[in-house]
Amino acid sequence: MYKIESKNVNLHYGSFHALKGINMAIEKNTVTALIGPSGCGKSTFLRLFNRMNDLIDGVKIEGSCIIDGKEIYSKSIKIDELRKRVGMVFQKPNPFPKTIFENVAYGLRVNGITHKNYIEERVEICLKQAALWDEVKDKLKKSAMALSGGQQQRLCIARALAIEPSVLLMDEPASALDPISTAKIEELIYQLKELYTIIIVTHNMQQAGRVSDSTAFFYLGELVEFDTTKKIFTNPTDVRTQNYITGRFG
Amino acid sequence: MRLLLVLVKLLPLTVIKKVINKIFEGLLMFSSTITTLTVLLIVLFLFKEGISVFKESPLEGENVIVLSNQNKVSHLTSVEVKKIFDQETTNWKFVGGANDSILLFTFNDLSNYFSEEELGPAFEFLPNKMDSLIEANPGIIAVFSKKYLDKNHKSKVATIDNISPKTFLLGKEWFPTANPAVQLGVLPLILGTLYVSIVAILIALPIGLATAIYIAEVAHPKIRAIYKPVIELLAGIPSVVYGFFGLIVIVPLIQKTFNLPVGETGLAGAIILAIMALPTIITVTEDALRNTPRSMKEASLALGATQWQTIYKVVIPYSASGISAAAILGIGRAIGETMAVLMVTGNAAVMPHSLLEPLRTIPATIAAELGEAPANGIHYKALFGLGCILFIITMIINIWVETISKRRVNR
Repeated sequence: MYKIESKNVNLHYGSFHALKGINMAIEKNTVTALIGPSGCGKSTFLRLFNRMNDLIDGVKIEGSCIIDGKEIYSKSIKIDELRKRVGMVFQKPNPFPKTIFENVAYGLRVNGITHKNYIEERVEICLKQAALWDEVKDKLKKSAMALSGGQQQRLCIARALAIEPSVLLMDEPASALDPISTAKIEELIYQLKELYTIIIVTHNMQQAGRVSDSTAFFYLGELVEFDTTKKIFTNPTDVRTQNYITGRFG
Repeated sequence: MRLLLVLVKLLPLTVIKKVINKIFEGLLMFSSTITTLTVLLIVLFLFKEGISVFKESPLEGENVIVLSNQNKVSHLTSVEVKKIFDQETTNWKFVGGANDSILLFTFNDLSNYFSEEELGPAFEFLPNKMDSLIEANPGIIAVFSKKYLDKNHKSKVATIDNISPKTFLLGKEWFPTANPAVQLGVLPLILGTLYVSIVAILIALPIGLATAIYIAEVAHPKIRAIYKPVIELLAGIPSVVYGFFGLIVIVPLIQKTFNLPVGETGLAGAIILAIMALPTIITVTEDALRNTPRSMKEASLALGATQWQTIYKVVIPYSASGISAAAILGIGRAIGETMAVLMVTGNAAVMPHSLLEPLRTIPATIAAELGEAPANGIHYKALFGLGCILFIITMIINIWVETISKRRVNR
């Protein structure tokens, strides 16, 4: 069984047809990269899986999105329950203006967890998973806003991991970061694959090549090609994919 | 005309542009300077008139208070004078004199003591007669115009303090037309203003906050599109109309509900002010709430927080300074409001003990009394003094809002 599936998904923003009949199936514990030029619908596609598109007025979604065999757009699904299973890391680091500790603990607290020791334990584990623990262990009570951009982004990853999701959506998580921070995030993605199913949107071809198992190329709202990363980058079927990855447009 | 054209042709375009720019710059500078100067002039005028109240004697007109030389008392405060003439104080021992009852004398009593012949056709014998009368009665206190004071008077003129800032600010009685000594204690008015404004804010803030949250975060865009303009319309209703509404609807309602002799009370004023402060509170709060970055809200929702959790854990803390600014602005609006309050609070210038009694605010006092106060008289100056107090209160509020908003920008 696939971890995540989308079957003939169409999405309209008002009169704009943003996703055109997308079919995709993603295996458990893999990293899938979504690439394509700006405005091709890859971020919109990513945000389908934690229903973030619902927040936008005038969005119409057709077709079926399935996680763990369950239709996530069915009426019986509670959105906040779904979002606990499907974590998300955004393009720009967006820590809350709270302490480092409270940022990571936030997801636990809103889920009604009050056990102090458990929260402390989870915060430490997640910060370690996000490779941030050594840098912040002495200043957990300091404001998260004082961290560097790279540290903030790893904090956001730790925050997303705290509620133990099984899927992690990453929307260009390294696009606002310097090369060293980017390398750290990529290293992290590689390790997190053991525990999570990851979908990552990226503009960076090399990054897609380095971190992902499979790659999907989107163009003008269509899924042009979806295959193993190796195949996409060495021997793409579609000429548009070839043009894009060789840098002829984009 | 032709000359001008030639001139224009001769001058390079850049020079003309420069000249035009200079002219515009001058105009802009001129208008802003004029505005600033006007504001400063108004403030200057207000304070010049207001402070001059402290140079005034509380005795009306050219009056003097004259006592017998045998009387130990030679100094009286304005409050003491009032109590004596209201016959609340009837013995000199209460104001530091001997145990002797007080005998009041004003010109109304003149005919009880002297016949017209005794005084002479132009009252030319009056000063002398008065002087002997006073000397004959150690317990007398007489008030009359300075011009009837005998040049070689044996009786003594009681000294009375000018209005001091302390008695002005802390005095509990406001009788600006009392005879012979006016009472200019503004404490009841300051307290009345603060009571009504604070209660108004206590009513308006929860409602305003709830409405702002609903409009900013919860309401469907279609509902928002109806509610928001209606609420903004509330700010455009003239305050007389609010006052009228208060007088017709709220005042009778309060009278009935609490079974009061009159419905014109502080509570009625507070309710009207709450309604009037709502648009300010709602608009400013809603702006602050909507300023919460989308990314913050998304981050919270993406962690499985519900909409309500997101509102009270992220949106409200993030806009806390904006919400406090809204509250203070609302207080500012309430404190300065005149007409509606004048119409519904009953305007009794007494120390407010309960909200179910009539009270009076500073702006209402100024509006109601300025028309009757003789120009440059003590009453007139006292009203300007009230204006200064109001100005200082609102200025403090504005500075407070400013610092809070700055804190928001700096974060």
